Amino acid sequence: MGMTITEKIMAKSSGKDKVSPGESVWLNVDVLMTHDVCGPPMMKIWQNEFGTNAKIWDKDKFVVFPDHYIFTANVHANRNVQILRDFAEKYNLPNYYDVGTERYKGVCHIALAEEGFNIPGTVLFGTDSHTCTSGAFGVFATGVGNTDAAFILGTGKIWEKIPESIKFTFEGKLPDYLTAKDLILQILGDITTDGGTYRALEFDGNAVMALDMNERMTLCNMAIEAGAMNGIIAADETTEAFLNSIGKESQEKFQSDANANYYQKYKYNTAEIEPLVAKPHSPDNRDTVRNMKGEKLTKCYIGSCTGGKINDFVSAAKILIGKEVKVPTFIVPASTNTAKQLEIETYKGISIKEILEGAGCVIAQSSCAACLGGPDDTFGRAVDRDVVISTTNRNFPGRMGSKQSEVYLASPLTVAASAVSGVITDPRDYLV
Amino acid sequence: MEKHITGVAYVLGANIDTDQIIPAENLVYSLSDAEESKKYGHFALSGVPFDKAGLPDGQIPFIDGENTESEFTIIIAGSNFGCGSSREHAPFALEKAGIKAIIAESYARIFYRNAVDGGFVVPLESESRLVSEIRTGDQVELNFEASTLENKRTGKTYSLNSPGTVLPIIEAGGLFNYARNEGMI
Ligand code: SF4
Repeated sequence: MGMTITEKIMAKSSGKDKVSPGESVWLNVDVLMTHDVCGPPMMKIWQNEFGTNAKIWDKDKFVVFPDHYIFTANVHANRNVQILRDFAEKYNLPNYYDVGTERYKGVCHIALAEEGFNIPGTVLFGTDSHTCTSGAFGVFATGVGNTDAAFILGTGKIWEKIPESIKFTFEGKLPDYLTAKDLILQILGDITTDGGTYRALEFDGNAVMALDMNERMTLCNMAIEAGAMNGIIAADETTEAFLNSIGKESQEKFQSDANANYYQKYKYNTAEIEPLVAKPHSPDNRDTVRNMKGEKLTKCYIGSCTGGKINDFVSAAKILIGKEVKVPTFIVPASTNTAKQLEIETYKGISIKEILEGAGCVIAQSSCAACLGGPDDTFGRAVDRDVVISTTNRNFPGRMGSKQSEVYLASPLTVAASAVSGVITDPRDYLV
Repeated sequence: MEKHITGVAYVLGANIDTDQIIPAENLVYSLSDAEESKKYGHFALSGVPFDKAGLPDGQIPFIDGENTESEFTIIIAGSNFGCGSSREHAPFALEKAGIKAIIAESYARIFYRNAVDGGFVVPLESESRLVSEIRTGDQVELNFEASTLENKRTGKTYSLNSPGTVLPIIEAGGLFNYARNEGMI
């Protein structure tokens, strides 16, 4: 019996020739990532457990991004960032990206990609459930709690159960009215929020392999919304080209064997998929945009590690060009690099930034912002009975702020079309 | 860890997420301050809708009034227990409230890891659906070595899945204890 990509990476990392689902192994971790919400308690556990002479196993492999609650007057939130700052200084961390400096990067998962920490064939852990995003690079990447992360920080090792894999194959050309977000919403509706628990979601097929790295990240990002351990896409020339453009190269590009064992296999033809939304209050509460057409909105939001990358804004710009938004529309570039790209990338000769601003959108600094609600003064936060359509990843009650608000999750095309009409709108009505 | 746990069962449904286990607004309290951390016990399971709190009938408070500890010691639940965020405060809050073990049909991965590796509570999987067999308030006995749960009210005994390779970590009371015993750290 052959092995899947996930099994191959975990076998290599645990020093074994072969691993099988259900078995627990000790992995050698290549990168550990943390941020301002989980970093401080994790550092505290590390210090308590390893004592005053605690040593970081490998400083070059420890990456710290303040990104969650950072542009706020909230005292506790600012105290957390200060704890990271002090820790980085005390231990002389090479990979700390402080807010308020030139080094500041924005949302951790996108920053990991841009800074070259996603190397195919490696193992990456983070104190954040969306760490699965890095799987887009053929990396085994998953989220853990503070105790596990503290253990990794001191030893470079962690136990993990080998997951069964589920394969999702998308064939066909991706129509211009769909994005990777629609594909993952399709999957979530099919397998629900626990359909992937303790499993790996592997994405394949010519439609997936035609996606750029940003769109591949959107797919893997929401693997956790199905409860999955990780999402993964085999590294290929597209991956290699991205890495080369930032001066990196892949370590080992694994492919799943033809006779690898899968728990389930799903096959889709992209021509049969419609623009989709996840209705309140769960990411698996799928419906077609057509069915929800006309639902009145009070806010639109384009941002986060799921839907705040340059491709997301280019998609939105295709609809927003020369138009005006009818409801407040909030733009949050996931990374500072994305923010720069907004000025450089153009559509029909006009910069994306100009198109968005011209349509009346408000653009904020890069961070997690209202993706997870945040303190009261957070940009774009849902208040009272707001009805929001958003490119983010979760719509549980209160996730974007107010517990009374309702959040629809959709692609940037659908959000842009809805912003222009003020009600949920199919992007096909605007794409000509 | 204790090999036999006898106590009163508290029964919950499926998809109990971390916001039901410990609502986000309580995460501001210190986990290390002895007094302040009792708040986690007080607010444990306070996000569970009241009609679903303590099945089959519901409307049974997990924590009475101003208490910080519960009269219940073993949680019986459906599938996907602990889904949602990666917050380690969730198993911590249950431990603070006096919960020793959870018997669910399945767990969300990060909650399961946090429970085991932090040594907060023992999460075990039932082989069959216990939510319809056990009532909140039933006296139950967990036999860890035999991997069984007995309902004292009915006299019925149920098999539990073995934690497999994770067992030594549970027995050691958490990842750090385990690693110390093994000479890893
Ligand atoms: S953007 Fe949202 S999902 Fe992504 S890391 Fe930040 S809070 Fe989490």
